[in-house]
Amino acid sequence: MTQPLTKIFAMPPVKMPDASRRSFLKISGGVGAGLILGLAAPVANLGGAAVAKGAELAPNPFLKISPDNVVTVIIKHLDKGQGAATGLATLVAEELDASHEQIKTEFAPADPVKYKNSAFGVQGVGGSTGLSNSYEQYRSAGAAARAMIVAAAARSWGVKAAEITVKGGVVSHASGKSATLGELAEKAAAEAVPDKPVLKDAKDFVYIGKKFARVDSPSKVNGTATYTFDHQFDGMLVATIARPPMFGAKVASFDASDAEKIKGVVKVLQVPQGIAVLAETTWAALQAQRALKVTWDESAAEKRGSDELVAEYKALLDKPGAVAKETGKLDEAFKSAAKVIEADFEFPYLAHAPMEPMDCVIQFDGSKADIWTGSQLQTVDHGTACATLGLKPESVNLHTVWAGGSFGRRAIADAHYVKEACDIAKSYGKAVPIKVIWTREDDIKGGWYRPIYVHRIKAGLDAQGNVVAWLHRIVGQSIAAGTPFEAVMVKDGVDGTSVEGANNLPYAIPNMRVDLHTTKGGVPVLWWRSVGSTHTAQSTEHMIDILAKEAGKDPVEFRLALLKDKPRHVGALKLAVEKSGWGSPLPEGMYRGVAVHESFASYVANVVEVSLNDDGTPKVHRVVCTIDCGVAVNPDVVAAQMEGGIGYGLGAALKGAITLKGGTVEQGNFDGYDVLRMSEMPKVEVYIVPSTEAPTGVGEPGTPVVGPAVANALLWGTGVRTTVLPMNKQKYKVQS
Amino acid sequence: MAMTVTINGKKTSVDADPETPLLWVLRDELKLTGTKFGCGAALCGACTVHLDGEAVRSCQIQARDCDGREVTTIEGLSGDVAKAVQNAWLKLDVVQCGYCQPGQIMSAVGLLNQIPKPTDDDINKAMDGNVCRCATYHRIRAAIHEAANSA
Repeated sequence: MTQPLTKIFAMPPVKMPDASRRSFLKISGGVGAGLILGLAAPVANLGGAAVAKGAELAPNPFLKISPDNVVTVIIKHLDKGQGAATGLATLVAEELDASHEQIKTEFAPADPVKYKNSAFGVQGVGGSTGLSNSYEQYRSAGAAARAMIVAAAARSWGVKAAEITVKGGVVSHASGKSATLGELAEKAAAEAVPDKPVLKDAKDFVYIGKKFARVDSPSKVNGTATYTFDHQFDGMLVATIARPPMFGAKVASFDASDAEKIKGVVKVLQVPQGIAVLAETTWAALQAQRALKVTWDESAAEKRGSDELVAEYKALLDKPGAVAKETGKLDEAFKSAAKVIEADFEFPYLAHAPMEPMDCVIQFDGSKADIWTGSQLQTVDHGTACATLGLKPESVNLHTVWAGGSFGRRAIADAHYVKEACDIAKSYGKAVPIKVIWTREDDIKGGWYRPIYVHRIKAGLDAQGNVVAWLHRIVGQSIAAGTPFEAVMVKDGVDGTSVEGANNLPYAIPNMRVDLHTTKGGVPVLWWRSVGSTHTAQSTEHMIDILAKEAGKDPVEFRLALLKDKPRHVGALKLAVEKSGWGSPLPEGMYRGVAVHESFASYVANVVEVSLNDDGTPKVHRVVCTIDCGVAVNPDVVAAQMEGGIGYGLGAALKGAITLKGGTVEQGNFDGYDVLRMSEMPKVEVYIVPSTEAPTGVGEPGTPVVGPAVANALLWGTGVRTTVLPMNKQKYKVQS
Repeated sequence: MAMTVTINGKKTSVDADPETPLLWVLRDELKLTGTKFGCGAALCGACTVHLDGEAVRSCQIQARDCDGREVTTIEGLSGDVAKAVQNAWLKLDVVQCGYCQPGQIMSAVGLLNQIPKPTDDDINKAMDGNVCRCATYHRIRAAIHEAANSA
């Protein structure tokens, strides 16, 4: 078993071993001594005593109840669309017995002690841990406040606490006494904070397991939700950066004379990231960015193109790599196999392309700074800001704000989108607010892609069609290498994120080997929604169908026979089979495919219905998706994440690709980097497997399953194996 | 260049470089930040507003072309159709990150103003220019039908 830390963002929500946690903190916290000291102290789940601020009840860092009857839930994670704010608010409202209407949310300040993610040991979110690591913590926070409210009511009404009920934010007693949470807040603040508040029994839940309307819907529907890009301050300047056209290129010289002539341009500065323009308006900053004439020193730049990289990677497929998993006697099994089948798979770079391009607002006066951004790893972003500005942690306020998507893009080890704002502010030296924005071209061409990978899977079948041997070789760049995460995520030469989904293949195959060649390159790479599973689910689940077809077996039966000790895979698969009408006749030209995959400790199965467009590209009509994510705290949010994850994964599978030629990215906007659009979105039906297990992730697990399911439908329908992604790179037609 | 534009029902004098895209006039000068920047090239629809009642990409409309005309942004949406659309968005909890949603809603209201009971095909045609990276398309479609049936 690999340690959980090998999968910081890709891991199920497990507690880190203390020693590992300390080593992670040292490396990621190398940016600020205060951080390390703070973290070395043992941290209780619910810190601090009740603090009466005026008449407010704030028994712990996660909520406050004010006399105007507003319950403010402090959200420790970024919400980039996956519903973290709604989820955490649900947990507090449940145990507090508050009403939906009285709940407000507020993002927490950067504080790696109070607001750490228990799965990481620092503040930040990723790996679909948002709800799972907070499940007991936020429920306990609500339960503590409720106990204090009840104690205060009992004391003030002269009745027994056990006789008091709380429902929908109203505290009442059979005697007729009644009060709101807000009315009792001040008195409750004087009560002792319970050490171990009693949590509700699942049968008493009023919100968990039901729809709790998203707390961010109203402001996002009327346009008032404030993203980083929307921040406006008096005297604020907008900054753009002319960035290197090739990864690793540096500024040789520049001519800013044309840029400086543009009305509204205030300053042109050289910063480590390129040439920055500061202007009074966004339009001036955008024009000036284009007007800059920069000569780049490309001597150290990455000059290979995608085709060359793929060719280099393919050359490695014949050589053994670093072992990620090995069981049984593989060579002997291949020798005795009745049939050996081999397939190679190619995966391109993928950009995250969140709708809100990267951005960061900073106000720095030389001795203190305020930063507003959609910060996904607050501890890393905050620490980087402190180090860059030369300030102590307490002198930098990091304000987390709504993010217009991330999909992994904002969880970045070098915090570059925060660092560049600090570099510009420091270099400019005037205490004015500065908003640094990226254009879409900066975003698409800017790197931090899902890496290119090449896979080979070679499998052996015995005479009865049983899988007896499985060799899976993966070639690609490591996401963690060269970052502070390397020390904990790379083990024995294997980056856990390169092989997850492959080294934990659920199928009972007696002789197996998974190995990895980690390549080096100048293109910065990053986790992309569902991380390793973006490629491992595709290759493994498609290979299973290739084998089933060779063995002449139904792909569902073939899987079930190999999943005997994997009840949760089986549960998701069987439910999808039942709901989809697997096996029932389909119209001519419509094909059905299935896939099942576990990621982030959740189990997802898809059955898809696919036809071909006139140009031979696939069209997906219907996706039946099942998920086992333990307790579904908010089933509607779970469904939304499956729908969205399917759309995100399908867009990439059908047409997503960033390609380089001579080291230059060929795409620049949504014309070249084509993403899924309305007319391509299939009908999605989501069914949740009933479960009493602890909740697991939903942000990512919906993404990687649709691609292989579509490939499988096409395999059975046309006979064509999908070996190159995206699918529009190959033509599908029925093989005669 | 000084011009007069009716913005969200109110006559507003705007002083902007004539070539400035309407998007930046709205966001930077008038602080109407509900209209979003997503691509700057009419490829994503995040900046969709109504110009004389028709859904347009404000990143491609120059300020000088707005003189004397009516601009409606997400902040100024009103009327039965708009209300039905926004209510449907709330009822179905369409939003995820939400960044594209003002543009989606402006396009959806534009569609329903033209075609009160759109088919799935009408929705594809009207909404294909609005990218949602969270892929909330499934619910956007359902919400448009919901709004059409309630308005």
